[in-house]
Amino acid sequence: MAANNYYDPADLRKFGQITEWSEELGTKFFDYYGKVFEEGALTAREKSLIALAVAHTEQCPYCIDAYTKDSLQRGVTKEQMMEAIHVGAAIRSGATLVHGTMMMNKVNKLEM
Amino acid sequence: MSKIKQQSLHKREAELANANRQLEILSNGIFGDGELPTFAKKIKETNQFPLRPKKLEILQINVGYMCNQVCEHCHVDAGPDRKEIMTWETMEQCLDVIKNTGAHTLDLTGGAPEMNPNFRRFVEEASKAGIKDFIVRSNLTIIRANKKYYDLPEFFKKHNVHVVSSMPHWTRGKTDKQRGEGVFDLSIKALQELNAIGYGMPDSDLRLDLVYNPNGAYLPPEQAGLEKDFKHGLLEDFGIHFHNLFAITNLPIARFLDYLIASENYEDYMYQLVDAYNPTAVKNVMCTNTISISWDGWLYDCDFNQMLGLKVASKVKHISDYNETVLNDRNIMISQHCYGCTAGAGSSCQGAVTE
Repeated sequence: MAANNYYDPADLRKFGQITEWSEELGTKFFDYYGKVFEEGALTAREKSLIALAVAHTEQCPYCIDAYTKDSLQRGVTKEQMMEAIHVGAAIRSGATLVHGTMMMNKVNKLEM
Repeated sequence: MSKIKQQSLHKREAELANANRQLEILSNGIFGDGELPTFAKKIKETNQFPLRPKKLEILQINVGYMCNQVCEHCHVDAGPDRKEIMTWETMEQCLDVIKNTGAHTLDLTGGAPEMNPNFRRFVEEASKAGIKDFIVRSNLTIIRANKKYYDLPEFFKKHNVHVVSSMPHWTRGKTDKQRGEGVFDLSIKALQELNAIGYGMPDSDLRLDLVYNPNGAYLPPEQAGLEKDFKHGLLEDFGIHFHNLFAITNLPIARFLDYLIASENYEDYMYQLVDAYNPTAVKNVMCTNTISISWDGWLYDCDFNQMLGLKVASKVKHISDYNETVLNDRNIMISQHCYGCTAGAGSSCQGAVTE
């Protein structure tokens, strides 16, 4: 950890080192992770865009760094990246707002 | 993010116009303190040091650094202000070599090779040598740059030249950002003209290939997938055909190195290259089958080494003493920029070097 920051961009390069303190679990994780991002029913580019959107909803700086670069590398345009992030933002705000129905239900139940 | 510069590093007398300074940067810092392994150390791991040539297949001749464009990633640091131009005398020495070489491919590059005043005479003479594949690396916009170049497509056709052209993207925005305002529209027009006389058309023998290199500090994607995207985009929007797409990695030298340092991307980029190191790509890296000849007749393992001033490690160093047998018995000069040719599927002037 950098002296005065919780997050250091250089720490992203050390991601692979988590395996050193728990080889079995770390290896299983990275095998799984690698498999997930292989070309399948979805293209690697589609997966990269999903990862980019989720990186934003998770607000993970490492993931945003990694999947912005990955998207560029896969030929994704700026417009496509921003649209993907809006999808994430819409779901996140929608998820907040849809809980408004709980509030409404409760109010309706409590009020005469 | 940096703006397109209008002048070469040389004209601006920038620090990185000096090849030795570039080599210092590539040898010090993260490579000097052992944080990342040097290229020599890396290839030793798979017993591929020293790197040695295989059979010579490609003679690549750089006929001059003058260019009508000043692309911000250019490893040649080319531009209108560069005055290094191959003379006819050196071209004659090259022609002697071309007539006797065992190489099957002749590859003319620059700068914009067409800006050499003896370019056409050289192509006419060289095409008589009967080399199997005669490539000219044309930046496309040169064809529309001035009336005197308008007939280049017909000239290329007459001499059965294989045209290889840079095209950074199938959309205007990304192309102009890398190469300058208006480059996309001019390139499209040039491609349409080439298509009109048969270049790049399906089943045509008039070869037209495009070169893609990333528009920043990241690596190219898988070449075959990108070729599909380019073909789809250029055909759908502009009715353009071409044969193959070569995806080339930007090597950390000259203007691209300058950009990496100025944008604070240098270390991350070198990490990307080292992480993507592929020992299989080393076996087919282009310096093992190419000789690069500079505008002033010096011999190099590749165009990148030419720009870094790393002449071949051979008794034969100049076109005037050319001897293919002696040249082929040499160790290839390497530094950390070589990681650019061994990342992922590998990279060469003919694109990826592995399947």
